[in-house]
Amino acid sequence: MKEKSFDVVVIGGGVTGCAIARELSRYNLNTCVVEREEDVCSGTSKANSAIVHAGHDAAPGSLKAKFNVEGNRMMGDLAEELDFEFKRNGSLVLCFAEEDRPALEELYQKGVKNGVPELKIITGDEVRAMEPNVSDKVVAALYAPTGGIVCPFGLTIALAENACDNGVEFIFNTEIKNIKKTQCGYELEADEMLLKAPYVVNAAGVYADVIHNMVSEKKLHITPRKGDYCLLDKEAGNHVSHTIFQLPGKLGKGILVTPTIHGNLLTGPTAKDIEDKEATATTARELAEITEKASISVKDIPFRLVITSFCGLRAHEDGDDFVIGEAEDAPGFFDAAGIESPGLTSAPAIGVYVADLVAEKAGAGKKENWNGKRKGFIRPEKMTREERAALIKEHPEYGTIICRCEGVSEGEIVDAINRTLGAVSLDGIKRRVRQGMGRCQAGFCTPRTMEILARERNMKMEDICKNAPGSNMLTGQK
Amino acid sequence: MSNHDIVIIGGGPAGLAAAVAARKAGIQDILILERDSCLGGILNQCIHNGFGLHTFKEELTGPEYAARYIKMAEEEKIPYKLNTMVIDINRDKEITAINREDGLIVIKAKAIILAMGCRERPRGALNIPGYRPAGIYSAGTAQRLMNIEGYSVGKEVVILGSGDIGLIMARRMTLEGAKVKVVAELMPYSGGLKRNIVQCLDDYGIPLKLSHTVVNIEGKERVTGITLAEVGPDRKPIPGTEEHYSCDTLLLSVGLIPENELTKSIGVSMSRVTSGPEVNDQLETSAEGVFACGNVLHVHDLVDYVSEEAALAGTNAAAYVKAGEKKEGHVVALKAENGVRYTVPQTLDINNMQEKVTVRFRVADVYKDRYISVYYDGVQVSKRKKKVLAPGEMEQVVLKKDSFAGCPELKNIVICTEVE
Repeated sequence: MKEKSFDVVVIGGGVTGCAIARELSRYNLNTCVVEREEDVCSGTSKANSAIVHAGHDAAPGSLKAKFNVEGNRMMGDLAEELDFEFKRNGSLVLCFAEEDRPALEELYQKGVKNGVPELKIITGDEVRAMEPNVSDKVVAALYAPTGGIVCPFGLTIALAENACDNGVEFIFNTEIKNIKKTQCGYELEADEMLLKAPYVVNAAGVYADVIHNMVSEKKLHITPRKGDYCLLDKEAGNHVSHTIFQLPGKLGKGILVTPTIHGNLLTGPTAKDIEDKEATATTARELAEITEKASISVKDIPFRLVITSFCGLRAHEDGDDFVIGEAEDAPGFFDAAGIESPGLTSAPAIGVYVADLVAEKAGAGKKENWNGKRKGFIRPEKMTREERAALIKEHPEYGTIICRCEGVSEGEIVDAINRTLGAVSLDGIKRRVRQGMGRCQAGFCTPRTMEILARERNMKMEDICKNAPGSNMLTGQK
Repeated sequence: MSNHDIVIIGGGPAGLAAAVAARKAGIQDILILERDSCLGGILNQCIHNGFGLHTFKEELTGPEYAARYIKMAEEEKIPYKLNTMVIDINRDKEITAINREDGLIVIKAKAIILAMGCRERPRGALNIPGYRPAGIYSAGTAQRLMNIEGYSVGKEVVILGSGDIGLIMARRMTLEGAKVKVVAELMPYSGGLKRNIVQCLDDYGIPLKLSHTVVNIEGKERVTGITLAEVGPDRKPIPGTEEHYSCDTLLLSVGLIPENELTKSIGVSMSRVTSGPEVNDQLETSAEGVFACGNVLHVHDLVDYVSEEAALAGTNAAAYVKAGEKKEGHVVALKAENGVRYTVPQTLDINNMQEKVTVRFRVADVYKDRYISVYYDGVQVSKRKKKVLAPGEMEQVVLKKDSFAGCPELKNIVICTEVE
């Protein structure tokens, strides 16, 4: 059994854990992130709406409201600092009937109370002028210009890389099975590892209740709330330009239709409470529900252009709010639990808040040589022809296209593998540089990407996994 | 920027046959751009036989068939660039491509021949519910990993879709020691060639379940099983017919899609039925001097027909480069009706056409004892009886120039199926 000691152990390498780790890296604290999967961004953070919410949905005074608005405000600067893709495309909450206007007005007032800037209610015709494909039935909408879209992988991976560059250690394929309170803090037990630390941060997503309940008598209970999504081809990416929500009403919690930051069209999520924290399977019924409900908001969505569907689990805590802060009966144990929507938006703000709490408790000072800048991936597709030609001249590997659909070159794939916290699986490469994320869904590029991964990591082809250990692509050698 | 008479996008069977024909028609300045590391395209991984019966009157494997055309292209000293990806083509016939050696290059062509082939429909396009583990492959990807790279992709296999690649892979995986448990097909008939059903399934005792589809995929890391269900006439699963199969691999052979992203960047008219560009009898798209052939135009059943069609595109592109202008045309629309799904070409210029034009098409369903009829402005001019017509097999009619001699006012030609 390997034994390691840290000042702080963050459990969970999702967006929340990585945001907290990155903020902790400002301090003179020996920090590690322990993650059950082979990579960061492998749970709820990888399967969500990829929306930066404006902040009008949460109840005024709630932690969700506070961190949402703050996280939204921070996202622009963070995207520049950490070089990930983010755009304020604005969001619209559609109101389909005159009798629902009071509810729309209430949503507006909530937004104002939460401190959401620039909110306004616009008429149905104004909506249709902005979004010609929106339903003719729309009578009004709440327009939030600060709403945005982000690459959830890009955000999480950027936070993790920057944390790592500033000294945070990441331990993968390690699931915490038990936590013991000791005199000088906590002992975290995994199958082949014992981690010791005076301070622990619980950012374990749908398992945050299980982790919390290992040390606290004030029990949490998280219900995985399952949501299915359909992702459409880039050909459909301009069908709407804003994020289109439905006013929660008779139809239940609505289905959104939004462009993604990469130019696809995304529809979903459904919402179904389940017990199994691993049940990320889509179902025919929910996929059908997406088609049906999305069509209420937006006309003529070309569902024949669906390229993939997926499912994510939101970590819904019984108290219906984020649970953030030091556990009452477990000093030094900090929760960031119940982080469901708007968790992705809130992550940067939660990161600052929790890291400051931990640092204060530990009496840690700030590092002098901390570097908050991270350089993202070279994106030849975004370059001018001259820049691209110069790049290939200097680095010929950027001249070999591996993924035809997304135009991803060998250079980008090699970068994804060899940089800080580089990819060790096919999904890891996909989430970093979009190889295989296009319309053929990795049909053409899988064999070649496997070869590159095997070469760069000096692995055998048959050891290459789609994601976690056990997800081997091949069943035998030559 | 460099200039060429004819630039061919794609060095598979279509691109090679087009290049050889264009050279034989007298064009010296030809360039083939190929994204893969060798010529021959998908044929290189099709190591089974059955290719070339029409073209060479003998049965070849895919690599052998490709080798013959590669040899012809080399004998003609036709230049090509490998590992070269075309990223854009515009209306002025300027092609932007990249590769390691040249970096980013722009090539201006007098004529372009599109020969990019097709790709496989992925799982996502069918929206099959369930988990997303490793072990779900499109049949062609699995074929490449087995036949080119030499790896085993699975031990216990279910195949969805009875397209030809799926059928071929059922046999191939069986020969490599895998257990292929079942081939399921959504439609009440197979989309593959009859001979492949006999030689790849029947001969190995692999069951083919028509009107069945996969309704669930299980397995968190690697596939552990799938659920099949029967579908009704509406192609929706019938509750209560679910059947579980344990397997570690699901192969998908659920259709091919002509790969026309570049074609769309030129802005030519596309056919919603074929997913390829619309072409005239010269196999020229709505952009003058841009020709298309092979699977990028419409998905073929036999490579022999690809070669034949591509040679025509090559010859026509050569004529276009040499002549420049055509005489006043008389363009007639070709219409597919009553069981005929589409025609290629979609229009015919009866003034400028060659002596004979082969019109290729597919039918919409399995038909028995039907006629394939041709009408000129409502007047039947030919009919031919077929014992069996199936969507998996491409059909053709030949239209002769002299048959239009008495039709100065002709507006449309209809190709249809008819019972008695």
